Amino acid sequence: MLTVPDAQGHFGPYGGRYVPEVLMSPLEELEKAYLALKTDAAFQAELSDLLKNYAGRPTPLYFAKRLSEKLGGGKIYFKREDLLHTGAHKINNALGQALLARKMGKKRIIAETGAGQHGVASATACALLGLQCRVYMGEEDMRRQSPNVFRMRLCGAEVVGVTNGSRTLKDAISEAMRDWVTNVESTYYLLGSALGAHPYPLMVRDFHRCIGDEARAQLLEREGRLPDMALACVGGGSNAIGLFHAFINDPGVKLIGVEAGGKGKKTGEHAARFSGGAPGVLHGAYSYLLQDEDGQVALTHSISAGLDYALIGPEHAHLHDIGRAEYVDCDDATALEAAVELSTMEGLIPAMESSHAVAEAIRRAPATSKDQILLVNLSGRGDKDINIYRENLKELDSDSHQPAF
Amino acid sequence: MILTRISQRFNELRAKNEPALIAYVTAGDPLPEMTVDIVNALIRGGADVIELGVPFSDPIADGPVIMRASERALAAGMTVEKVLGVAQQLRATTDVPIVLFTYLNPVMRYGFDKLAARAKQAGIDGFLLTDLSVEEAESFVAAVKAQDLDTVFLVAPTSTDRRLELVAKYCSGFVYVVSRTGVTGEQAQVSAGVKPLVEKLRRFTDLPLGVGFGIANADQAAEVGSVADGVVVGSAFVRAIETTPAAEVLDRIERMARDLKQGAVRGRG
Repeated sequence: MLTVPDAQGHFGPYGGRYVPEVLMSPLEELEKAYLALKTDAAFQAELSDLLKNYAGRPTPLYFAKRLSEKLGGGKIYFKREDLLHTGAHKINNALGQALLARKMGKKRIIAETGAGQHGVASATACALLGLQCRVYMGEEDMRRQSPNVFRMRLCGAEVVGVTNGSRTLKDAISEAMRDWVTNVESTYYLLGSALGAHPYPLMVRDFHRCIGDEARAQLLEREGRLPDMALACVGGGSNAIGLFHAFINDPGVKLIGVEAGGKGKKTGEHAARFSGGAPGVLHGAYSYLLQDEDGQVALTHSISAGLDYALIGPEHAHLHDIGRAEYVDCDDATALEAAVELSTMEGLIPAMESSHAVAEAIRRAPATSKDQILLVNLSGRGDKDINIYRENLKELDSDSHQPAF
Repeated sequence: MILTRISQRFNELRAKNEPALIAYVTAGDPLPEMTVDIVNALIRGGADVIELGVPFSDPIADGPVIMRASERALAAGMTVEKVLGVAQQLRATTDVPIVLFTYLNPVMRYGFDKLAARAKQAGIDGFLLTDLSVEEAESFVAAVKAQDLDTVFLVAPTSTDRRLELVAKYCSGFVYVVSRTGVTGEQAQVSAGVKPLVEKLRRFTDLPLGVGFGIANADQAAEVGSVADGVVVGSAFVRAIETTPAAEVLDRIERMARDLKQGAVRGRG
């Protein structure tokens, strides 16, 4: 059905390569190196070994019995990417790209991070492979995700605070790109989401395809059938594209991406690109972009740093336009409620990002029948968000709190 | 095909054996109503081509000096429409070529055909979009060409021969040679790679070559002027605008432009 991207990295009209000329040849080199290793048995074997014995793949597929029964609809299954080393799916891509960087002879790695999960995954992969690592992170995100800042430093990485603009993911990517433009000969840019110029969206998707491939096989084994819907949160969209890809040619599987509704779309403080944005170019790719009338990139807001970004990954734009995937948004308050629900019903504390997908599953489940299956990517665990949860759930954080039993 | 104002200017300078001084400023910095005076001061000082920067919220190819200028201009309410107005005002009194220098997204948002038509009307002569690769440029170049305007592309030290050939094919007006890998900003020395890159590029194109990124003083302008057809100076002017008391800005940048132009000419010996 779909052979995207094309040779120039286009997903329909989206994606492509919109970068300063300095980066064009390096991107061509990167593409060549990646495509060679994609079919290189030794490289794939090394990556598989690390994913299995270092990161913890395959991750389990967990049937959330209590939550499903309470909601009274279909069976909710969670793909447990939260159990991976470093706490989120990000390690799949970080290991893949760090190995690629080493094969390309690059000794210095730079990365950007929003929630800090990609930064931690990059710092971890670099420690493992003996590579120098510098991570750019917006100062606002450093504050929101301080435990992750320390984890990166503990793994030997340098964390550079970015004070430009909104001091979040967008500005961290801009700063990483400036570093890359300057040090392109020696440096590998380990981009953490399905964003940026070709071949990044393709490469990041490929490194996360294991999520959907495993979940598909696991469900077929457990239930003898495919899910009715697959849900994932979408910032840049790496965990979502990793999950979706295995089901793209299964028309019976609804693909649902959940964007950050922030404080509500009426406030303008959100990251819902499909309903609030228009096609545009940011950081090397053409896709749906939150922008003002004059083409300036709009400031975004989400309680989750990982979803707080103005552009959606280009393959999602394509899946949206051809109607293969549906995109909705979930506001901060609803995501918080879902996190509490999942924690108390199943003992799973989700990352703030993943809570958005959980919320959409909770919203949809009651309208499904008992024999239907909802597959949710639990892309990360909530340890890094404990401070955010405490700040926003003060009634739980006191001695007079009423326990569930 | 008609001779564009940019080509004409380079032809005149070539006849005089003079390199062009190509001066960049961010339109709207520090205030939209000051840009016309600032550009006129540059022209009085000897600027041969003006690059008028349209500020963008996420200028990934720019260093801190131009980044701050973009922030100031946006905070002061600069828009694409207002930049067109500035150009139109300038065109009423000068025939110096004006190139709009910006990123793709504001241009895309305005609409390629609409902007090219409005630019023509306002007396703008060409465009340079730092994040528009040749590969993605087909429809933009067509829209600009339809108005008989130029699209300037960049080449960089990392550009392979294949890419130099590709840029030469789509570029018109002049080719902007990026002197070193990196973002915009003044440097202590001109990169040793400039001369070989310029010489290599001449094998692929007869277009004039303007060298920029990092040139800040007359000696550097002389060094570049000895090998290239144009010397581009941006951050040095923008920093002067940022750091000079308002009453002295116009004199200061006029003097800077004169000094840089003389330096560039001196480079020809």
